[in-house]
Amino acid sequence: MHRKSISYAKYGYIFSIPFVLTFLVFSLYPLLYTVVIGFTDLRGIGVKELHFLAQPFENFKLILNNPSFRKALFNTGFIWICNFIPQLSIALLLTAWFTNRTYKVKAQGLFKVLIYMPNIITIATIAILFHTLFGYPKGPINDLFMMLGLIEKPINFHIQTGTARGVVAFVQFWIWYGNTMIVLIAGVLGINPTLFEAAEIDGATPRQIFFRITLPRLKTIILYVLVTSMIGGMQVFDMPKLFLLGGPDNATLTTSVFIYNQAFAGSYLFNRAAAASMVVFAIIAVLSVILFQILRDKDAALHRKWEKAEQRHRRAEAKEAAV
Amino acid sequence: MKSNSIRSTRIVAKTTVYTVCIFLSLLSLFPFWVMFMNATRSTFEIQQNSIGLWPSKFLVSNWNVLTGKSFNPLVGFSNSMIISSGATLCAVYFSSLTAYALVAYSWKLRQPFFTFIMAVLMIPAQVSSIGFYQFMYRIHWTNNLLPLILPAIAAPAMVFFMRQYLLATLPLDIVDSARIDGSGEFYTFNRIVLPIMKPAIATQAIFTFVLHWNNFFLPLILLTNKDKYTMPIMVSLLRGDIYKTEYGSVYLGLSLTVLPLFVVYFLLAKHIIAGVALGALKE
Repeated sequence: MHRKSISYAKYGYIFSIPFVLTFLVFSLYPLLYTVVIGFTDLRGIGVKELHFLAQPFENFKLILNNPSFRKALFNTGFIWICNFIPQLSIALLLTAWFTNRTYKVKAQGLFKVLIYMPNIITIATIAILFHTLFGYPKGPINDLFMMLGLIEKPINFHIQTGTARGVVAFVQFWIWYGNTMIVLIAGVLGINPTLFEAAEIDGATPRQIFFRITLPRLKTIILYVLVTSMIGGMQVFDMPKLFLLGGPDNATLTTSVFIYNQAFAGSYLFNRAAAASMVVFAIIAVLSVILFQILRDKDAALHRKWEKAEQRHRRAEAKEAAV
Repeated sequence: MKSNSIRSTRIVAKTTVYTVCIFLSLLSLFPFWVMFMNATRSTFEIQQNSIGLWPSKFLVSNWNVLTGKSFNPLVGFSNSMIISSGATLCAVYFSSLTAYALVAYSWKLRQPFFTFIMAVLMIPAQVSSIGFYQFMYRIHWTNNLLPLILPAIAAPAMVFFMRQYLLATLPLDIVDSARIDGSGEFYTFNRIVLPIMKPAIATQAIFTFVLHWNNFFLPLILLTNKDKYTMPIMVSLLRGDIYKTEYGSVYLGLSLTVLPLFVVYFLLAKHIIAGVALGALKE
């Protein structure tokens, strides 16, 4: 009896202190500080005093009207979409193949290991490697394409808007589709196997099973992939920064590269960079909330459907019992 | 007749599957293969034919050109090692401790604290980089490795993962019987709970290590002193003008950063892939 009266609750607080302190100092404070800087005239190196602007939203106005920033926003979204659509499609296709019970793909483990591999390699390295691989007039990719007869003369990938953005989007795709595939396969393996067995017994084709059973049940996981990919995609930096330094003619300038250039590449416009960061943060927050709202509504709708089905079932049972 | 046509469509389907899978595997390997081979070829050989499938004999001369300029692989390697190991230790230890606080004790703010962790889980770190830089500049911590290590103590996503793991695996009776045996709470965590968490810690440790090893943005804005450069920053030097025509040494420099990752990856590939899958399910 006596032992029970000792309260251990205080250890809950004590053990959480390191996390809370670190979060306050290294995450929350910098975030709030960034917000504040966005309303000041902080620029130049070595400046320590903050002066609030007479017109508080001046930095934000300047940033939103800055053609480079607008272009960066467009590029970031465009490159993300050009990477995400093929990424999800190929990952879904591979998931369908690898979990297909009639194909029984051999050497699956090896394929997964190789397909996932680019995800763990330093992106800075990959960016410079691809810069070199796409060299002009002599470079491995040009040589390979010539050898295969795909092109007649070397292409200068680095100076055309389309090819430059295309390579950045392709590399983002190449880095991430393996990861998405593994996540989706894990999702499929989490589905109750009796569902697939029942469908097979009823004579459903693999295509029907994939579209009618697997895909609907992967909705939550696909949305999770979508949200995390979107948040990552809005911050993409290493690849565009090191591949072509945002060029040619700002074609691969993403918002993160723009923010870096404002603050650290000579001009030290910390206030503008902070304002731009907050605009990006707001966009990420709004998009995430919208996506999660869709997820919740879908879940709620599904729930209602189940409840209705159950009620109908109960009513039918009650009727039968009455008869 | 009918079973024959089913069989033949299945053969076509299987051929497609294997062709695509082999193509994608080659797509993963080709860039790195060209990179490793060209690291051993001279600039002249690369200019003659930029795809060499087999090694040549210019590894040493490429090495001399590479290290004769600003690229210092040993400094980059050791700095990256310090940051990645330090951050990984901080992250796994304190995330486990925080998760334990959330699972083993009932305290008034437990639920609000967990809700809070879920809320900050998705906050992108890069958006606060300007404030972070200014803060570090004020306390003279630029060109210091600590701001790249200490923030790892608060890793919300890992706390979430560890909490899920503890909920599934930690029998609270063990904690109770340790108390009866007179074990202090902190001792119980270090000696009894941490060993139980080993599998989860191993998985999370690999990903945290790789994440910090590959991190480019924060080190780039914080570190200006060459002695503090990490591996990714060393790599970014290869993009500069001084290496413009030294193809062989650029490929060698890139290879040096990929090699340790390749070794670790192919040794632990099974666990890493299982870890990615597990991480997805926990969400």
